[in-house]
Amino acid sequence: MQHLPNRSSGDIVLAIAEKIIENRAYLSEIDGKIGDGDHGVNMAKGFGIAAERIRGKDLSLSAAFDLLGTVLMTEIGGSMGPLYGMMFTEFAEAIDDVAAIDAATFAKMLTAGLAGIQAIGSAKVGDKTLLDALVPAITAFEAAISAGRPFDQALDALVVAAEAGRDSTKDMVAKIGRASRLGARSVGVLDAGATSCALILRDLALGTKARLTADVEPVR
Amino acid sequence: MQRFINDPDEVVEDTLRGFAKAHGDILRQSSENPRVVAAVSAPIAGKVGVITGGGSGHEPAFIGYIGRNMLDAVAVGELFSSPTAKSFLDAARAVNSGNGVVCLYGNYAGDNMNVKMAIKLAAKEGIEIATVVANDDVCSAPPSERAKRRGVAGEIFMWKCGGAKAAEGASLQEVRATAQKAIDHCRSIGVGLGPCTLPAVGHPNFVIEPGTMEVGIGHHGEPGVRIEPLRTAAEIGKDMASTVLDDHGLAAGSEIAVLISGLGATPLNELYILNDAIESEIARRGLKIYRTYIGNYFTSLEMVGATLTVMALDDELKRLLDMDVDCPAIL
Repeated sequence: MQHLPNRSSGDIVLAIAEKIIENRAYLSEIDGKIGDGDHGVNMAKGFGIAAERIRGKDLSLSAAFDLLGTVLMTEIGGSMGPLYGMMFTEFAEAIDDVAAIDAATFAKMLTAGLAGIQAIGSAKVGDKTLLDALVPAITAFEAAISAGRPFDQALDALVVAAEAGRDSTKDMVAKIGRASRLGARSVGVLDAGATSCALILRDLALGTKARLTADVEPVR
Repeated sequence: MQRFINDPDEVVEDTLRGFAKAHGDILRQSSENPRVVAAVSAPIAGKVGVITGGGSGHEPAFIGYIGRNMLDAVAVGELFSSPTAKSFLDAARAVNSGNGVVCLYGNYAGDNMNVKMAIKLAAKEGIEIATVVANDDVCSAPPSERAKRRGVAGEIFMWKCGGAKAAEGASLQEVRATAQKAIDHCRSIGVGLGPCTLPAVGHPNFVIEPGTMEVGIGHHGEPGVRIEPLRTAAEIGKDMASTVLDDHGLAAGSEIAVLISGLGATPLNELYILNDAIESEIARRGLKIYRTYIGNYFTSLEMVGATLTVMALDDELKRLLDMDVDCPAIL
């Protein structure tokens, strides 16, 4: 059985944060087409603050998720602060006491993050939001596990589905948030939230794959 | 981009520092949370606390409306981005005297979420937060979906009437009801002639082609209902007044307050040129203007354009509108 050790895996979150910072201009550019163009700036600010606090601390994955989620919720605001803030703090809670995260626990973690987002937001799949990347990604991961495929292959399926989900937002009419005021004019542009979500999920999956081990390690 | 800024990422911090220095007799930045600005008098014993919050870049909104008989505190967000739930909570804490807090804010996804979270956090501390969500922008959704409309400059009337009602010693539910009535009586429209630029982004958020205008534009450049060739101020003013008044459906003889705000880069004289046409259209419809406000009351960085807000009045709203205030944004 493949496991992701919780201990010392906080650098996965650091890699996610660095990817968001790197894509600051790109995310703002997409957002500027149908939103107000600040998605990349605000995301980079929040993930940047978190990265500084994670770097060199040898945090567990759960501690790093909690730190990032708390920064987003308490220091960033906007729509993405509370939404991603809920997602990451729920991720943290779901694996808090788990030393070796197996595929089933990883799936539970993703589902808890989704539930956190849905507790404060009212978007549904198809509304042209980050859920259009997140929900198919979780579904694909769970389907792969149910089909008996190993953890690493399920992570590959997650990335493929997240990116396909992101791409699907291009043809969608925005139903919620600032872009929804555009109606049909929002078609033809990727959703910035789905794009950042796909980036996050990709680095989460890559970082997890790189750390998968057959051994069970204690948390501390 | 030629701007008076230091670091594009520190625009809000730098703004608040300068603002607090200018108006230290009226307000201060919270020592625990620099993204909260509160009246020096807050909390006022026995009074319902009145707060709002929203993204920056709309100055003098929201912080300029803090003061006597107006807002007690404001949660401050990044440029065009909602404040955090924690800032809304800290604003409520700063003004709570045990009589409850009313949060009067605009209908935007981020603000809705952060206020919702703040209400839960405040309840744990025994602070009751009632809310009114402004939705006065007529072009942002049809009348059948009024709850989806954005809040724009009508928020100023909501704050004015809510703040005055609280100053009269009304209960939390009374203040909430009056602020709700004020915003229900407001209708607004924006017309954009030129875009604005978030300094950290560095290029305009959207495009308005030369020779054209965007009718129904939102406070962050949300697209309007139509793009048209630029017309004369007389035609634009008549169109703005007609759109707002058609949505309002007021009986002839009704009394109204009119607020025309520049969006940041439109000279004041042009607002008066617009007003000439707006007041003519109002008179043609047999409505009576009780008071007119013209100025840069609620801006959108350096957007070129203007908004018109019309509030229908009753005796209570007139009385509340007439109450003296002491706040940095002259009313």
